[in-house]
Amino acid sequence: MQEALNDTQDLKKQKKEKQRAKNRRGIRLFLLIVPFLILVLLFSYYPLFGWVYAFFDYQPPIPLRDSQFVGLKWFAMMVQNKTQLHQIGQVLANTFAMSFLNILTSFLPVLFAIGLNEIRNKHFKNVIQTLTTLPNFISWVLVYSIAFAMFSSSGMVNTLLQNVHWIAEPIKWLDSDAHTWLKMLLWNLWKGLGWGSIMYLAAISGIDPELYEAGRVDGANRLQLIRHITIPALMPTYFVMLMLAISNFLSNGMDQYFVFQNAFNLKHIQVLDLYVYNVGMGNNSLSLATALSMLKSLVSVVLLYVVNLVSKKTRGASII
Amino acid sequence: MSNIEKNEVTSGERVFRVLNILFFVIFTLICVYPFYYLIINSVSANNLSAAGVINWLPKKIHFQNYAEVLKLEGLPLAALVSVGRTVVGTVLTVIASAFLGFMFTQEKMWHRKFWYRFVVVTMYFNAGIIPMFITMKNLHLTNSFWVYVLPAVVQPFNIILVKTFVESLPKSLEEAAELDGATTIQTFFKVILPSCTPILATVAIFTAVGQWNSFQDTLIYITDQSLYSLQYLLYQYINQASSLAAMVKNSTGGALNLGAIATQQTPTSIRMTVSIIVVLPIMFIYPMFQRYFVKGIMLGAVKG
Repeated sequence: MQEALNDTQDLKKQKKEKQRAKNRRGIRLFLLIVPFLILVLLFSYYPLFGWVYAFFDYQPPIPLRDSQFVGLKWFAMMVQNKTQLHQIGQVLANTFAMSFLNILTSFLPVLFAIGLNEIRNKHFKNVIQTLTTLPNFISWVLVYSIAFAMFSSSGMVNTLLQNVHWIAEPIKWLDSDAHTWLKMLLWNLWKGLGWGSIMYLAAISGIDPELYEAGRVDGANRLQLIRHITIPALMPTYFVMLMLAISNFLSNGMDQYFVFQNAFNLKHIQVLDLYVYNVGMGNNSLSLATALSMLKSLVSVVLLYVVNLVSKKTRGASII
Repeated sequence: MSNIEKNEVTSGERVFRVLNILFFVIFTLICVYPFYYLIINSVSANNLSAAGVINWLPKKIHFQNYAEVLKLEGLPLAALVSVGRTVVGTVLTVIASAFLGFMFTQEKMWHRKFWYRFVVVTMYFNAGIIPMFITMKNLHLTNSFWVYVLPAVVQPFNIILVKTFVESLPKSLEEAAELDGATTIQTFFKVILPSCTPILATVAIFTAVGQWNSFQDTLIYITDQSLYSLQYLLYQYINQASSLAAMVKNSTGGALNLGAIATQQTPTSIRMTVSIIVVLPIMFIYPMFQRYFVKGIMLGAVKG
């Protein structure tokens, strides 16, 4: 009897020991990743505290504790001051226009993939794929350098057109505000079309060949095969890309617009990301720029949440 | 009747096929020609290049531009900075991605799920550039080489990729190592790291290209000229034609030798030559590693 009791006590003790060892091991494992967690804390979470600058009149080098608390002044300023309101209206128009144009042309990579897939010669296909994806891997600075070499007033296109006497004066492709949105869209397509199609090409190669076989037996021609087999098979991928594009509606990125901006096209090229930079670093209005960033981040998170919800409802799968 | 129809279809298809190929040939040329144009102009006689007659083939080939550009103040240093950040940044990011990806599969870790989410959720928000700028200032990272590297070490997306990959490895690998008495760190280096090379190659190649191409961080955090990256220097060369011209004069001593007109540096020749130097690594790396890139985007799609 006594022995049995001792046994169970021993067993309990052993279990406890085991549990403790397990905990210790768990903590040890955790300690190994702490250095990385600190990096995350410093570079992803800590900057969020910078949002408090949106509620102060922060003028570096005066430290925050000596800056005046202004409450919602900067947020009010965006909508109260008429010139400011006008400017932000234009910035939002640019942002929406660029995002809208990009979404409107988001079917082009699908067509690109379908067209490329129709090319039978495999080597030729591979060469095209490699060469058309190359622009995706160069920086926007380099794209601008290319734009400068090609389209500046002494660039290749203008010189060529002048040499054959098509034009007398160089056309100002870069130093003007004509069709700025369209030009930005075209550069975007030049850089991203080939790369954007790769995902669809992979999706096409995953389609069951028997489907095409069956289609051909039923007398479908190439176009019908594309319409009734290829395109429906690509729709899920397209939908995900579309949803991601919508969730990024406010984020056009800054690099492209920054490198192409100049005194002439500023009005139509300033998208939100660029505007925040120009206000904050250019005009030194750090507080106003922070207020803008903050609003943008909040709206973006909401947008992502909504898009994800829509995706869950319609597809039964989330995108994030 | 049906025979005629069939013929019509095939002729229609033939037209489609020709137009299709035509489109791809033209678009490919549009993608490639600018690079070709920069290359042939950077090796042709500079006076001919300035006259705009080098459009299809290089003329009077010389490599003086490359020799001269390397003498430009700041350029060798900027190249060093760019190479340095690419190498250091890629190594650190790959190690961190691999290690965290592996560690987050360790079910025994204290509050593993919480910390995993703590890291991954950072993908979906950012404070904005001004708060980031203030943060870097507070951390004394502005005008420091480490601002290029440290913020990019932990990449949630890469971690997800590696974690998914490790989970797909046979469990027996890890268990065998554990039975042999290997510590977690040993298991990571001896067992996991070697089996993860395909996914890590993909992570490495994307990180390297990103580091090499990065421009914004120099623009925002760096004012010290000795820390400029090549991308930023190129941007300055394009935009500051007047100071570039002055630099050109300095580098040639101001005296214009008529015989040297073919190799006399001009702002245009400098821009084009530096552009080629900046793009060359990408042009070499990309075709070689294309399959990794393709795999990378596919993994992204699977995750998405």
